[in-house]
Amino acid sequence: MIEVRQVSKTFNGQQVLFDINHSFEEGKVNLIIGQSGQGKSVLAKCIVGLYEPDAGQVLFDQRNFTDMERNERSQIRQEIGMLFQGAALFDSMTVEQNIMFPLQMFTKKTRAEIQARTDFCLDRVNLAGRNKLMPSECSGGMQKRVGIARAIAMNPRYLFCDEPNSGLDPKTSIVIDKLIRDITQEYKITTVVITHDMNSVMEIGDRIIFIHQGKKWWEGDRHSIITANNPEIESFVYASSFMKEIRTQLQKK
Amino acid sequence: MNLLKQFGRYILMLSVVFSRPNRWHIFWKQTITEIEHIGINSLPIVALMSTFMGAVIALQTASSMESPLLPDYTVGFITQSSTILEFSPTILSLILAGKVGSNVASEIGTMRVTEQIDALEIMGVNSLNYLVLPKITAALVFFPVLVVFSMALSMFGGWLALLVSDLTTTEIYILGIRSFFNPFHITYALTKTLVFGFLIVSVASFHGYYVKGGSLDVGKASTQAVVNSSVAILIANFILTQLMLLS
Repeated sequence: MIEVRQVSKTFNGQQVLFDINHSFEEGKVNLIIGQSGQGKSVLAKCIVGLYEPDAGQVLFDQRNFTDMERNERSQIRQEIGMLFQGAALFDSMTVEQNIMFPLQMFTKKTRAEIQARTDFCLDRVNLAGRNKLMPSECSGGMQKRVGIARAIAMNPRYLFCDEPNSGLDPKTSIVIDKLIRDITQEYKITTVVITHDMNSVMEIGDRIIFIHQGKKWWEGDRHSIITANNPEIESFVYASSFMKEIRTQLQKK
Repeated sequence: MNLLKQFGRYILMLSVVFSRPNRWHIFWKQTITEIEHIGINSLPIVALMSTFMGAVIALQTASSMESPLLPDYTVGFITQSSTILEFSPTILSLILAGKVGSNVASEIGTMRVTEQIDALEIMGVNSLNYLVLPKITAALVFFPVLVVFSMALSMFGGWLALLVSDLTTTEIYILGIRSFFNPFHITYALTKTLVFGFLIVSVASFHGYYVKGGSLDVGKASTQAVVNSSVAILIANFILTQLMLLS
C-alpha cells in the first residue's frame, strides 16, 4: 500500500498540489484521473520522488520515502516499476538489453538466469522473439509493452503507469489496459495509473481519485463515477458524445 | 547571482557524479564505449587539423624568417614549441569542445527530455554517476593520447610542408625540433589536457542533464555547453600557465 499524507507542491510561486491525502490499495489498479494540467502527473512524480514535495509525506508500506536519504530511496526504487508516457526505453539498447538492464544493475543473477527472466517478461507482454529489435524499430504499442516488460523485470511491489494509452489506437489501448490489470492481480502489486482516458477508467479502475485544481476532488470506483453527483466529474466523464449517449440510455432505464 | 547559482549546482552535480558505481563491470563497459565515442571517433578530425595546422605554422614561420641572424633551425624549433605549448593541448581542446561537448550535451539532454533519465532514477540508478562518470573517465584516459598523437602529426605536417616547398632540409628541421627541448613542457601540456578534458565533458554533461523542455532546448543546451566549456578552457589555460610556467 502507498500512503500519501498532506502532500503539497509549488512551482515558481504557483501551488500545483494542495494537501493531498490518499491510500493506494495493494492488488488493485488505482487510477489518478483528471483534466490536463490539474496536477495528476505532479502528484505521481512526487510519489516516486522525481519531484520533492514542499510538504507532506509518502509512505511505501509504512516506510517513509520522503525523509529517506538517496541510498535508502534507491532500495525502495528497486521495488518500483514505471511505465512512462513515451515508454522512455533506452534508445541505445535493444529491447532485450532494456529489460536486462535493471537485472544486471541490481541482482546477482547469472547470465542464464537474466536471459530466462528477460524471455519470460517478453513472453508475458506477447513479444517473445523480439529480443534484438531496437526501440526505434518498434511501434508505439510495442514500445509500451516493452516498457511494461522492463517495469516488471524486477518483480516490483509497486507499478506506476503514466498515461499508458496516450498515442495508441483503441484496440492496442485495451491490450495495454488488460496487461496492467492482469499483472496487478497476478503479482498482487499496488498499481497506480495516471490517465484521462475514460475507456481505461471503465476497463481497469478498481479505485479512482479525481484531481481537480490540484486537490483531491473525489474518490470512488468505476461504477460510482458514472453516477457521481459532481459538476466537475460529470463534465470530465461525459465530455465525449459517446459517454453522453450512455448517460442518456442510463437515464431512460 | 545566477552564475553563482549555476556554479553551485555544477559543484553539487560533481559530488553526485563522483560516487561509487553500482556495478563496476557495467562502469568499465560504459567507459570502453565512451572511449570509442569520445576518443577514437575524434581521431580523424584530430589528425586532419593537426597535420594542416603544423604545416601552416611551419610555412608562416619560414615566410617571416627574413633576418640572416636567425639560424635555419628556428622554423623547426618554433613549430615544436607552438605545437607542444599551445596548439595541441589548447587549440585542439577548443575544437574537441565543439565536437565532444555538443555530442555529450545533446545525448544527455535527449535522454532527459525523453524521460530516459527519469527511468534510470526510478529504477534506483544514480543517473549522474551512470551517465557522466564513464564519459569523464574516458576523456581523462584518451584526451592525453589524442594530444600526443596531435603533437606528432603537427610536427610531421610542418616537416612535410617545408619539404614540399623546398624551404629546409629534414636534418635542419629535426635539429630545430630537438633544440631547447624542455621535457617539462610535455608535463605542462598533458596537465592542461587533463583539466580541459574534464571541463569539456563535465560542463557539457551539466548542460545536458539539467535541460528542460523539448528538442529545441536540447539544441540550445548543446550550444551553451560548447560556449561555456570553451570559456572554461581559456580561463583554465591562463591560470595553469601562470601556475606552471611562471611561478
